Amino acid sequence: MTIIEPATRALLVEDAVRAFPDECCGFMFGVEDEEENRLIKEILVVNNAKEGDKTRRFEISPLDYLKAEQYAIDNNLLLLGIYHSHPKHPAIPSETDRQAAQPFFSYVIISVLENNIITLRSWRLNEEEKFEEEKITDYQFTLNEKE
Amino acid sequence: MATVIIPTPLRKFTNNTAKLEVKAGNIDDTIRQLTTSFPDLKKHLLDEKGKVRSFVNIFIGNDDIRNLEQEKTIVKEDTVISIIPAIAGGI
Repeated sequence: MTIIEPATRALLVEDAVRAFPDECCGFMFGVEDEEENRLIKEILVVNNAKEGDKTRRFEISPLDYLKAEQYAIDNNLLLLGIYHSHPKHPAIPSETDRQAAQPFFSYVIISVLENNIITLRSWRLNEEEKFEEEKITDYQFTLNEKE
Repeated sequence: MATVIIPTPLRKFTNNTAKLEVKAGNIDDTIRQLTTSFPDLKKHLLDEKGKVRSFVNIFIGNDDIRNLEQEKTIVKEDTVISIIPAIAGGI
């Protein structure tokens, strides 16, 4: 199960809409429990370094990757994954996504369609190096009930 | 000893260790030490021909070894080596 904090989810959507019709990309940070349930608390927006057509491809520079690892250490968070957008396409990983995918990471894909319908889905490689969808659960919290 | 920084997605193959120490030599020696100590790392670092996978970047400081002497790049006692997965994708 993967939970994205509401403010963080809003930032993901904002970045995907800002970049449209190009693909956006960045890193996701948070915490994980013993059952590998993940809470994504923060993102780091980075430049899509792909040379050429950014409407169909994204790339993150190695130096931005190093910064992300350092950010996780400095803020006592785990680097939990990567997000990117699929402009005008569904939030389903492509073969290009699978070939470059790393174990452990959650891959959040934000689909942005022209009529502004936005869908977020999260994927993770299984042991056979195929993507499996991770359920994104709505963020819930319990208020202390007043006596 | 030189230091190798393991990226988060590969730490499950190094007993969750982020920094490993290796003997000085060159990058070939470094990779050999890593894959001997942690055999499960091998398929994530090397292709079937034993070369560094195209989706893996190896940096010394801020420099890609592809712009240095590649796998023959010298590793000194104080060298810090970063293994950086290539992050890319698209529609």
